[in-house]
Amino acid sequence: MASVLLDSINKNYGQTSVLRGVSLSIADGEFLTLLGPSGCGKSTLLRILAGLEMQDAGTVSIGERVVDGLRPKRRDVAMVFQSYALYPHLTIASNMALPLRMRQLSALQRLPLLGGLLPGTERIVAEIETEVTRTATLLGIGHLLSRKPGQLSGGQRQRVAVGRAMVRHPAVFLMDEPLSNLDATLRVQMRAEIKELHQRLGVTFVYVTHDQAEAMTLSDRVAVMLDGELLQVAPPQDIYADPDDRRVAEFIGSPKINMLEGVVRERGLIDVAGSTLPIEADALAGAHLTLGIRPEAFHLADHGGQGALTGSVRMIEHMGSDLFVHLDLAGIDHPLIARLLAERTPDIAPGQTLHVGVRPDRVLLFARDGQRLLFARDGQRLRREVESAGASITPIRELAR
Amino acid sequence: MSFITSANFLWRPAAILRHAVLIVTGALILAPFVWMVSLSIRPPGEIFRASFTFWPAQFYGVENYTKALTQAPLPRSMGNGLIVCSLILALQILVCAPCAYALAKLRFPGRDLLFGMVLIGLLLPHQVLSLPLFILGYQLGILNTYAALVFPYVVSPFGIFLFRQFFKTIPDDVIHAARLDGLSELTIVWKIMMPMALPAILAFSIFSVVGHWNDLFWPLIAVQDRSLMPPPLGIMAFMNEEAGNDYGPLMAASTLVVLPLLVAFLAAQRWFVEGLTRGGIK
Repeated sequence: MASVLLDSINKNYGQTSVLRGVSLSIADGEFLTLLGPSGCGKSTLLRILAGLEMQDAGTVSIGERVVDGLRPKRRDVAMVFQSYALYPHLTIASNMALPLRMRQLSALQRLPLLGGLLPGTERIVAEIETEVTRTATLLGIGHLLSRKPGQLSGGQRQRVAVGRAMVRHPAVFLMDEPLSNLDATLRVQMRAEIKELHQRLGVTFVYVTHDQAEAMTLSDRVAVMLDGELLQVAPPQDIYADPDDRRVAEFIGSPKINMLEGVVRERGLIDVAGSTLPIEADALAGAHLTLGIRPEAFHLADHGGQGALTGSVRMIEHMGSDLFVHLDLAGIDHPLIARLLAERTPDIAPGQTLHVGVRPDRVLLFARDGQRLLFARDGQRLRREVESAGASITPIRELAR
Repeated sequence: MSFITSANFLWRPAAILRHAVLIVTGALILAPFVWMVSLSIRPPGEIFRASFTFWPAQFYGVENYTKALTQAPLPRSMGNGLIVCSLILALQILVCAPCAYALAKLRFPGRDLLFGMVLIGLLLPHQVLSLPLFILGYQLGILNTYAALVFPYVVSPFGIFLFRQFFKTIPDDVIHAARLDGLSELTIVWKIMMPMALPAILAFSIFSVVGHWNDLFWPLIAVQDRSLMPPPLGIMAFMNEEAGNDYGPLMAASTLVVLPLLVAFLAAQRWFVEGLTRGGIK
């Protein structure tokens, strides 16, 4: 069991900077997910943590111990790879036994034939066999031990890869997109099994994925990465409801959050898409802002005017309990997506004009540079200093008090 | 569409031409071989006849082959060939595999330069080096021993190149997993890379064994003792002294020398092709 501390990690490949000052603290027993699009540096960060690559600057500590100079095998971490990386020429039993053989047997004892004659070898080999069988049974692959990886299905190989990591009881589990090569049904099933595994083992998990559903369902905390930088580290619900940055808001959530350009008319009112919404903004009149509105923050309204947006229906997607309605708004080139409850929505047809209301407290405001603007809710203090993006935006901390 | 069905595909003019070229080339290469086998079962009187039939009028195979095996030290030569070829192959694999692994999977300064030098080594014909090697062998005092036949071939640029290409197709994840499992770099080479590269090893083994089994040039320079002579040199000695113009036993001896290679190639043909092509694709 161990906590993990990454401090100001930098990594360059030639001229390209892959990681820029990434600092992250992972608690003992936590399930942390590194989430980001491909190429954002999350896998590189994981490999640095494992010792498979060296950072150019910064330190890595595992369980209070700085591990920078240590080889991967000395770091007490185990990793599950996207491609599973099983040894194709070894049986499942040998695949799973290899990490234990390398640790518990001496080089002499590992020799074929001769090694078996040395004192102690037989006992250790028997112990390893017991451990492998126990782990395999736990994972439901006990009957496959004599097969080769090529004879197994994707899901079974996945279990073997997990088993190979499990047998040696590492302090930290690293998983690099372990579910990406599975089909959709199996992915959901394995997702639940990984969650269960974490709860049962209670050790630290660092999980890399580009799939937000995996990140949201599995993690204690999600670390969103983009272009080699850590944008936000928070529990899944906060990442979704309370993003720090426009890029985080846009990356999380499906369908994607609606981003609308707005102009502050006066305090408490923002003009957007030909309509006016009653939203308290942390900016002066005339300031340009971006409003981020999640599809489910909309509700059907009887009439247009203040507090509602009006548009013509372009397309309707039926999702069973919900409808995703794509609306064309005047002056906006991409459609707005609203998620409406199917049972409360009357029959609508493409081309029809529709009014949707917005809950003001669900609107996220972003400055021009993508930083989140916070406004005081219920007289609470602002949690964070708001950086003004140009002269037009001024903090209203005084107002909040 | 009709032209993609296999029958039509084979009868297109381009396909006919292609097969014609292949058949002619194949026949040109096979003809001397067939001629050799045919001569090896003829009595002396029939060898210089103007007319050609594969089967002789009088079957003389038993006499020729008996003579080939008994009147010249052919079994000894073939035994030498076996010793020298196995030693060369074993040492080549021992040297080439770690080199190829370093060139394919490790990152270190000067790696590309080193690989460039391997490629240059690939371009140099071995004959060019024979004089320096002879002098070196003389200085070391190993001329006229098995060591003289083995040591110039221990480092094979072709082996390094072939293994490197094959190792490059093995995903990095497997090596990363092995490192995390606690394997050292050399253990990774022998326990993980080599078993996975078995087709490449077989292909290389065939090249190596065929090349050194048939090698005449270097043994001619390096050894004089008849008891050390590898097969081709054995045949030559046999031709000069024992057989004279007696071509029947000579051809029988040649057939016997080629036979083990043929059997080995046919047995490993499938892996041979895979080993050569898989490294080349990526």
